[in-house]
Amino acid sequence: MTLDYSVIVKNWPFLMLGLQETLRISSLAVTMGFCIGSLVALARLSRFNLLKIISSAYIEFIRGTPLLVQLFILYYGLPQLGIDLDRRAAAAIGLSINSGAYVAEIVRAGIQSIDRGQMEAARSLGMSGTMAMIHVIMPQALRRVIPPLVNELIMLIKDSSLLSVIALTELMRAGEHIRTRTYQDFEIFTTIALIYFVITYALSKILGYLERRLQVSD
Amino acid sequence: MIKVRNLHKSFGKLEVLCGIDTEISKGEVVVIIGASGSGKSTFLRCLNLLEIPQKGQIIMDGVNICEPGVNLNHIRQNVGMVFQHFNLFPHKTALQNISLAPLKVKNIPPQEARNLALSQLEKVGLLEKANAYPRHLSGGQQQRVAIARALAMQPKVMLFDEPTSALDPEMIKEVLNVMKQMARDGMTMVVVSHEMGFAREAADRVIYLEGGIIAEEGPPEQVFFHPQAARTKEFLSQIL
Ligand SMILES: Nc1ncnc2c1ncn2[C@@H]1O[C@H](COP(=O)(O)OP(=O)(O)OP(=O)(O)O)[C@@H](O)[C@H]1O
Ligand SMILES: [Mg+2]
Repeated sequence: MTLDYSVIVKNWPFLMLGLQETLRISSLAVTMGFCIGSLVALARLSRFNLLKIISSAYIEFIRGTPLLVQLFILYYGLPQLGIDLDRRAAAAIGLSINSGAYVAEIVRAGIQSIDRGQMEAARSLGMSGTMAMIHVIMPQALRRVIPPLVNELIMLIKDSSLLSVIALTELMRAGEHIRTRTYQDFEIFTTIALIYFVITYALSKILGYLERRLQVSD
Repeated sequence: MIKVRNLHKSFGKLEVLCGIDTEISKGEVVVIIGASGSGKSTFLRCLNLLEIPQKGQIIMDGVNICEPGVNLNHIRQNVGMVFQHFNLFPHKTALQNISLAPLKVKNIPPQEARNLALSQLEKVGLLEKANAYPRHLSGGQQQRVAIARALAMQPKVMLFDEPTSALDPEMIKEVLNVMKQMARDGMTMVVVSHEMGFAREAADRVIYLEGGIIAEEGPPEQVFFHPQAARTKEFLSQIL
């Protein structure tokens, strides 16, 4: 049997629609995940025990269960409780919540890596703890965790292929559609792999470059 | 202006301050000496409540700042602190380091904060470094920016915790000169330092801390050259 990549050419617009969906959901989830993660990291480091317990439970639970199972709960499980999420909402929420737990641990480590003297200097000038966090600690911590955050972004884009199981027509599922019509699995999935690779590789290079620029500029 | 009464501070079982009593008047320069671990830093950090004492009083301008319920942020605005390792904010320029707290804590307008920062920089002789980031400054320059940063809040008292002990010898002088000028300008200062020259020239009083209490205090000449207590003599013989 010979390989015939003309199937890709014929279905290229459809694949690109899938890629669009992948990128749309991923960028939404990465933004939400970043916000959730930063807040959860602060909650985990706060002096309020209840916040600490809730945030640790969230982090441990999400990191200790498969994303696939989390997505099934959201999309197939919740309707039983009367909560019907459309597939896009379930996808965005699932990915955001999942990514938030990993981001929280990254940001927490970043905050804890900042020398105690920074907080003391800020407090000795009369800043409140919150003010010191916003103006002194967080800007330094976030800059320090850019590389692991980029890593997390790349994981998230790859993980978004799991959204195909809740019938969201992103890149992976677009491929599955074409496959059921053409049975040319090899051509289709090698192309899809290549598309994921090009996206993640380009992103890591671009963000790595921007990060170096940021370090040089100050 | 500061009265310290029977101040106690312990970390778990370790009693570091066991009843400090002293008074610091307006414009006075007090130098604190003592062996490593004798509680010099802890005492200083109690004065701006970076450490909360377990017992005793610190009365600042008639207010006991150890009462529960006092506004820590408000009190700290009046008490500047300079650290051994400078603790400048590395992501901000010298100018931004100085103007940050006036901007955010005192809410003064940006242009005014900028001018304030520039005038403080001029005072410590670093006007031309306004836009430099801390890592492009020498240790001595960083410490002078740190002093300017504290001064920009217009504190009533300045605390210094070994401000020159992380510096190379050639940079110690530039920092001490700034501190001597502050002393001449009438700033109330509490300085932990073993710099004899500074103490003899600028200090009104030297306090020797040992075993969590003030073992000896008096004018620099007296404490350094005619110490009353035998252990002060012994300590001095080690550092001189
Ligand atoms: N946050 C803390 N937790 C526990 N122990 C502490 C803490 N801070 C200080 N100590 C202990 O208290 C004692 C006094 O410390 P302090 O830093 O006040 O001494 P010091 O006189 O400043 O010494 P040095 O000259 O080394 O700076 C030391 O034994 C120190 O280990
Ligand atoms: Mg000390």
